[in-house]
Amino acid sequence: MSVLTYLIPISLFLGGFGLVAFIWSLKNRQYDDPKGDAERILSGQYDDHPKP
Amino acid sequence: MTVAPLAPERADRVEARDEEDHVSASACPACLAAPSAEQMAKSGDIKGARIMLSLPTAHCAVCITDVEREMEATPGVRSARVNLTLKRVSVDAESGVEAGDLIARLGRIGYEAHELDPGMLSATETDKRGRDLLMRIGVAGFAMMNIMLLSIAVWSGAESATRDLFHWISAAIALPTVVFAGKPFFVSAFGALRHARLNMDVPISLALVLASGISIFETMQHGHHAYFDAAVMLAFFLLVGRYLDYRTRAVARSAAEELAALEVPRATLLRDGLESIVAVSDLQPGDLIRVRPGGRIPADGTVTDGTSETDRSLLTGETLPVYVGPGTVLSAGEVNLTGPLTLQVTAAGKDSSLHRMADLVAMAESAKTRYTTLAERAARAYSPLVHLLSFSAFGFWLWWSAGDLRLAINIAASVLIITCPCALGLAVPAVVTAASGKLFRKGLLIKDGTALERLAEVDTVVFDKTGTLTLGAPVPENLGDFDTETLSIAAALAAASAHPLAKAIHAGALEMGVAPARLDDLREVPGFGVEGRLGKRKLRLGRSDWVGADPVETTATHLRLGEAPPVTFRFSDHLRPGAAEGVALLRAKGKQVLLVSGDVEAAVAKLAQKLSISEWRSGALPAEKAALVADLMGQGRRVLMVGDGLNDTAALAAAHVSISPATALDAARTASDIVLLGQDLAPVGDALRIAKQARARIKQNFAISAVYNTVAVPLALIGLATPLWAALAMSSSSITVSLNSLRLR
Repeated sequence: MSVLTYLIPISLFLGGFGLVAFIWSLKNRQYDDPKGDAERILSGQYDDHPKP
Repeated sequence: MTVAPLAPERADRVEARDEEDHVSASACPACLAAPSAEQMAKSGDIKGARIMLSLPTAHCAVCITDVEREMEATPGVRSARVNLTLKRVSVDAESGVEAGDLIARLGRIGYEAHELDPGMLSATETDKRGRDLLMRIGVAGFAMMNIMLLSIAVWSGAESATRDLFHWISAAIALPTVVFAGKPFFVSAFGALRHARLNMDVPISLALVLASGISIFETMQHGHHAYFDAAVMLAFFLLVGRYLDYRTRAVARSAAEELAALEVPRATLLRDGLESIVAVSDLQPGDLIRVRPGGRIPADGTVTDGTSETDRSLLTGETLPVYVGPGTVLSAGEVNLTGPLTLQVTAAGKDSSLHRMADLVAMAESAKTRYTTLAERAARAYSPLVHLLSFSAFGFWLWWSAGDLRLAINIAASVLIITCPCALGLAVPAVVTAASGKLFRKGLLIKDGTALERLAEVDTVVFDKTGTLTLGAPVPENLGDFDTETLSIAAALAAASAHPLAKAIHAGALEMGVAPARLDDLREVPGFGVEGRLGKRKLRLGRSDWVGADPVETTATHLRLGEAPPVTFRFSDHLRPGAAEGVALLRAKGKQVLLVSGDVEAAVAKLAQKLSISEWRSGALPAEKAALVADLMGQGRRVLMVGDGLNDTAALAAAHVSISPATALDAARTASDIVLLGQDLAPVGDALRIAKQARARIKQNFAISAVYNTVAVPLALIGLATPLWAALAMSSSSITVSLNSLRLR
């Protein structure tokens, strides 16, 4: 059962990492224009941050 | 546009209804991009530097790049960003840049654009509440996954110390999650309890608190069962339902706001011979205003200078343009057709005829009883039942086990968790989201959450004529009766005017392959018509008295060629596409169809015959329309009113449910529950079908969750429910309900 001492922290860390990534994307307004973002990937223009 | 006094009032009422929805307008995407100090200083002293344009035709990556490149190439524009989801571009520009120039530039590269009033849109731009809910869903979701991982280990047979460890870790994840994710429910439940009411959030909050409390206690006592996973899962599913509900309303509201923001209420004020653009709300009686051809009269007034014709179809339903000269009294909402007019404002704001119309609407609305939705009815029956069940379980087991408090509380909590309306919370929003998405793709925008349910009950449909069943645009009827020479002259004269009848003649002649003749001395006489000369012959096209023709009853214009007797072009209003099919479909479904119009009898009778509508009324005043609808409602009918004019607003508000086309006046759209976005009227029939189906699905969903409960509740009552059972019942019922909602066709 000693394997639990590694596995539990690892699973908690991975879950927490996913959560932090989600919160970051939310705060970064990545869900404001889902349709536009899906299309923008096709555009040749260099565009790595939202313009105001 | 002067409907401003109406719109904000209604907006207040809407806001009061869901005040939680109110979001601050402060946050802006620009703040995130951290502009330089110099830029900030620049934008600080400029008022309204951000220009919002609506781009109804944008749909792809190329559109985004084109529009942004074109905007950024415009001198004075700092940056531009297209939002494809909302079909808008927001332009950050210096003060000299006018929206009109940007619209013209976009027009040149082939994009239709309209100016939006940023003040009307600020509330939806930030969407703070939506992101807040998403955040809570995310946290609950991650916590649920982790706890479920640990719980599965417990269910599959973890013993003693290991089980306790897993329970403690679960507790460490679950407790903060329940506090954070459950906040919307706790706040709402507390609000309800403070007013001594029970809502759906009370049992939800109680279940969350009890489940967490019991689980902590059990964990401390080294017990076998802990409900941490159930508590978090409950929060997760209910938040998803909440979010779907919010999305539907937010999407509808933002689209409705966009429609309102399309009409920027401005007037051209004349002061000491100088023109300035002011907000309609700033107009005072006695001010002189100028109205250009094609513009809407912004306030009630008397004409002091200029002659023209006005189209008052939106006010009265009359299709015939009316002659206007000095001294004529005009009401706000009429459209100036041919010549520039100068008006002295007689009434603005509260005293204007528009505001009197608003009073009529308010009266009709107060007479209407508030609609109780299916969800509210379910909640009203359900939450006392849930409490009663769990309390009686508690009492019974306390007595049966002769005072074993721990057992009694455990069973009461499991009853509460299992009956908790997870599926019930999803039953309505999932269906409404699916149905309104479907209707939106068909071109119908649901503005009010309860409209869908009300639409399902409709048995009588009342149509307005001008602008609703017809397009409100005239089409020449008898062009075929004339020879080519007459037609070519008429087309040439008509080309000189922007009057709708002239435009229709010109377009009709071109369609028949007739080239306009070459004429001299072409001149438009505002309010009367167009005159010109061909060789020695004097030509006139216009009003009967000016041309010297006998007046006719239908919409018509007259042409005089030299000394020959004048000829008459007759017009009829074009039927809206899909109107015939829509009406036929409604009748085929056994709905009673009525036609009520403010237009003259001949025109209404003709249309009624064309659509084979047997019951019709002509010359109806706004109050009469509302009275007719109220009368039908009084007979127990469920009336759907479809109308577009100001004269329909009171009837729209009085009806059980109402639809107006997007071309309708702001006031009419505000008063109606559903907006028809396209030209086609056929989706109205379809909407009734979808609404009926949606209602059936909602009821089915209630039945499904009831079935799950009848299986799981007895188990919980006799004390056999385990956390595994609770988790199974909860997730499977929620998923079945969601899948059932997606079946909507």
